[in-house]
Amino acid sequence: MKLIFDKGRDGRRAYRAPICDVPMASAIPDEMRRTISAQLPEVTELDAVRHFTNLSRKNFGVDSHFYPLGSCTMKYNPKSHETIARMAGFTDQHPWLGQLPGGEKLSQGTLETLYRQERFLSELLGFAETTLQPMAGANGEFTGVMLIAAYFKARGETQRTVMLIPDAAHGTNPASAIQAGFTCREVASDSEGNVDLDDLAAKLGDDVAGLMLTCPNTVGMFDRNVEKICAMVHDAGGLCYCDGANANAIIGRVRPGDLGFDVMHVNVHKTFSTPHGGGGPGAGPVGVVERLRAFLPVPRVVQGTDGSYTLESNHPQSIGKMAPFYGNFGVLIRSCAYMLMLGRVGMIRVSENAVLNANYLRVKLAPYYDQKITRMCMHECVFSATRQVVNGVHALDIAKALIDRGIHPPTIYFPLIIPEALMIEPTETESKETMDEFVDAMIEIAELAETDPVSLQDAPITMPVRRMDETQAARKPDLAAK
Amino acid sequence: MPYIANTDADRAEMFKVIGCRDFAGMWAAAQVNSPAPALEGLPNGMSEAELLEYFQQLSQRNAGVINFLGGGFYDHLIPSAVDTVISRSEFYTSYTPYQPEASQGTLQAIYEYQSSMARLTGMDVVNASLYDGGSAVYEAALMAMRVTRKKQLIISEAVSPVYRTMLKSYAANQPLEIIEIPLNVGDTDSNLKAILAAINDQTAAVIVQYPNFLGTVEVWDQLIEQTKKMKALSIAVCYPTSLALLRSPGEIGFDIAIGEGQCLGMALNCGGPYLGFIASSSNYMRKLPGRIVGRTVDKDGKSGFVLTLQAREQHIRRESAMSNICSNENLCALTAVVYLTLTGEKGLTEIAEQNAAKALFARDLLVKLPGVKSVGKSVFFNEFVIELPVAADEVVAQLLERGYAAGIPLGTHYPGREKQLLIAVTEKRTRVEIIGLVKALEEIL
Repeated sequence: MKLIFDKGRDGRRAYRAPICDVPMASAIPDEMRRTISAQLPEVTELDAVRHFTNLSRKNFGVDSHFYPLGSCTMKYNPKSHETIARMAGFTDQHPWLGQLPGGEKLSQGTLETLYRQERFLSELLGFAETTLQPMAGANGEFTGVMLIAAYFKARGETQRTVMLIPDAAHGTNPASAIQAGFTCREVASDSEGNVDLDDLAAKLGDDVAGLMLTCPNTVGMFDRNVEKICAMVHDAGGLCYCDGANANAIIGRVRPGDLGFDVMHVNVHKTFSTPHGGGGPGAGPVGVVERLRAFLPVPRVVQGTDGSYTLESNHPQSIGKMAPFYGNFGVLIRSCAYMLMLGRVGMIRVSENAVLNANYLRVKLAPYYDQKITRMCMHECVFSATRQVVNGVHALDIAKALIDRGIHPPTIYFPLIIPEALMIEPTETESKETMDEFVDAMIEIAELAETDPVSLQDAPITMPVRRMDETQAARKPDLAAK
Repeated sequence: MPYIANTDADRAEMFKVIGCRDFAGMWAAAQVNSPAPALEGLPNGMSEAELLEYFQQLSQRNAGVINFLGGGFYDHLIPSAVDTVISRSEFYTSYTPYQPEASQGTLQAIYEYQSSMARLTGMDVVNASLYDGGSAVYEAALMAMRVTRKKQLIISEAVSPVYRTMLKSYAANQPLEIIEIPLNVGDTDSNLKAILAAINDQTAAVIVQYPNFLGTVEVWDQLIEQTKKMKALSIAVCYPTSLALLRSPGEIGFDIAIGEGQCLGMALNCGGPYLGFIASSSNYMRKLPGRIVGRTVDKDGKSGFVLTLQAREQHIRRESAMSNICSNENLCALTAVVYLTLTGEKGLTEIAEQNAAKALFARDLLVKLPGVKSVGKSVFFNEFVIELPVAADEVVAQLLERGYAAGIPLGTHYPGREKQLLIAVTEKRTRVEIIGLVKALEEIL
């Protein structure tokens, strides 16, 4: 499709500012003015709307396609939450208003939304307090490890410079630990993605600040030793970080705070149904136990005895600010709506059904695809395309063949400890029929891998483009239209 | 209402398939053995009608005020078509374009975003976006360390205090020496003389804001010259709307341009989500953090788009990655490109001219009030500082009661400026509103 810059012509307009009701004048002298044109498109409103509408039709989304992308929890995004997020009382509020003298009492709607969500998450996950500031999951991880760093600094245990990270972890874990000034030490996992306890014991020491553990793990399994692991880390003087990327499997059923975790992030765009937006914006609230509370980012929202809400910044040990104000409010209001809508009972219904759906797919696909793990999984199941590779069909080919069948592919080649991985997460919002159609497509693909592997290696053939030359993209980068 | 598709009958069939009698059996087989928590502190759920009613009432507990607040976040008009496009569920219910064949919509839109922002900033390359302007300052600082292999960062105090706080918070455990250059209380410029004096051969980068936090537009030629001489990078925090009028950072010669893109069609939204952008000259393209979209061809030679230069990123490089970012503010970047497409250069220039005109009109009326003075002699775009005869905090609180968010009192962030007020005027403010503010202030003083 043509670029927007190649459409329209000089002089076309889509939007005009209102008639200016003050004299046109400015304080900017000519020599400070721009001389090189910005060459933005000149199109009509129809041109613009049609261009972007047609672009949107080249995308798969949850509303149009089954999207079992493992570890991303592509659940349905309720539409009432979109309505709520667009209420003018919220969208029009300037972020500085709450910080002005007298501004808090004019921002009670914002502050109550934040406060209720904070309390809900703390109770649900078993923590003393939760900060809503982190602007994404990885930003939450970073916040979490910064809290751990601040804790040890305050205790004078500055020799604790090492963060333990299982080899099965998401890449963001080591990257976040490095940003927080730690060095990473890898801990081995067993074939189920669980922590190797002997290796953990060998890696612990008085230089260890903590362990970053994904729970359930990145292979979609619940590590039965998780309480023992937390205790081992605590005994060695470290803290336990829970990567909550997979929290959809446990909400309402298990509280990570009860297991012994000290700090945890959740991705509201996964577990709490805020739209993924094509890759953001999200939000990554971080819950902490009592001993980390003093270090939370400021301002914190507190409720007074009269029921009104205020902002509190007087926390000298705070790590500071992770977001310009209170976090991605426009995202957080959607997750708040989700929590209030589902309530206490709804939470466990989510995890129960998410786990049931994943296991249904695990069993239905087992005859056709190899599995390293054959016992009950959590919210996602992992297969390996090793049987298909014999015929030259890789996980990538299976993914592309699914696209031709109107299904967004699972996550492929992650976790790294499973060769040719296909990680499938249906979520609780999908029906048995949808999953049965997916199973049929996967069976057909498994059969084609035997009978006509070339047809899979050629896929996709029904999309606007076929397989892309990514090598050329990286070798001769074309990152902006000239 | 948990949005669960399956019925009891479905579940009965599925339990049979997986070999469990019920959820209890399923959890046990998954080795989840601890008792389920009581969660007594959580409320019962709500129907959609109750939920909408609750939030409708809550939204009314946020007071509507007439905004003269800026400070990096501006109350601009937003064309209706912006929301039409970003409400397309193919955009907002999709995820990261890992599968390019099923994501050409997002990928092309982001390529067009990168292109539009490159043109507006006058820079060669732009990434697919960062969380916000503050995290962009941090990412730019780290990028400068990677490029120069030096560790000293000079930052003007005329860079937003919010961003400086974020930078210090984010970089607390980085081997980065941050030197802040103070301002003169009676002026609103960045104190360029002091910045120039501070630059040395250990300097990795100098970060200034343009227009600066106090609204002032400055000339940077000497800064560019001095940073080049000392092999340091020059970094400008920019306000995109103003760039329709002002010399672009690329034209001036900055190495990196960053900033907050909220002004490009995003609502104020009580603090986010916003749009961080980072742009650089092509020399440093492989040192950029975060996601980048590139144009390439498919196996038939047809043009298309992919995520590219991924060897910089955490999912490949893990602990050696340029950054820990694994997403962008995609829908916000989409918002920005739709906004820039709708306004075009002429529309954006028109908007920017009106901002400048309305700010000048307001400033000239305000400084005619007895005891009110203009601070700084310099050039401004749509934001300026006035000095009041009394503490700005008190004036702001009183004006809030009259329905005006008159500005940001500067004393909290800049000791010595307790009587100074930072006022922003966008194209959305009318003559009547501006005169209303002036009259209300006159009555108070």
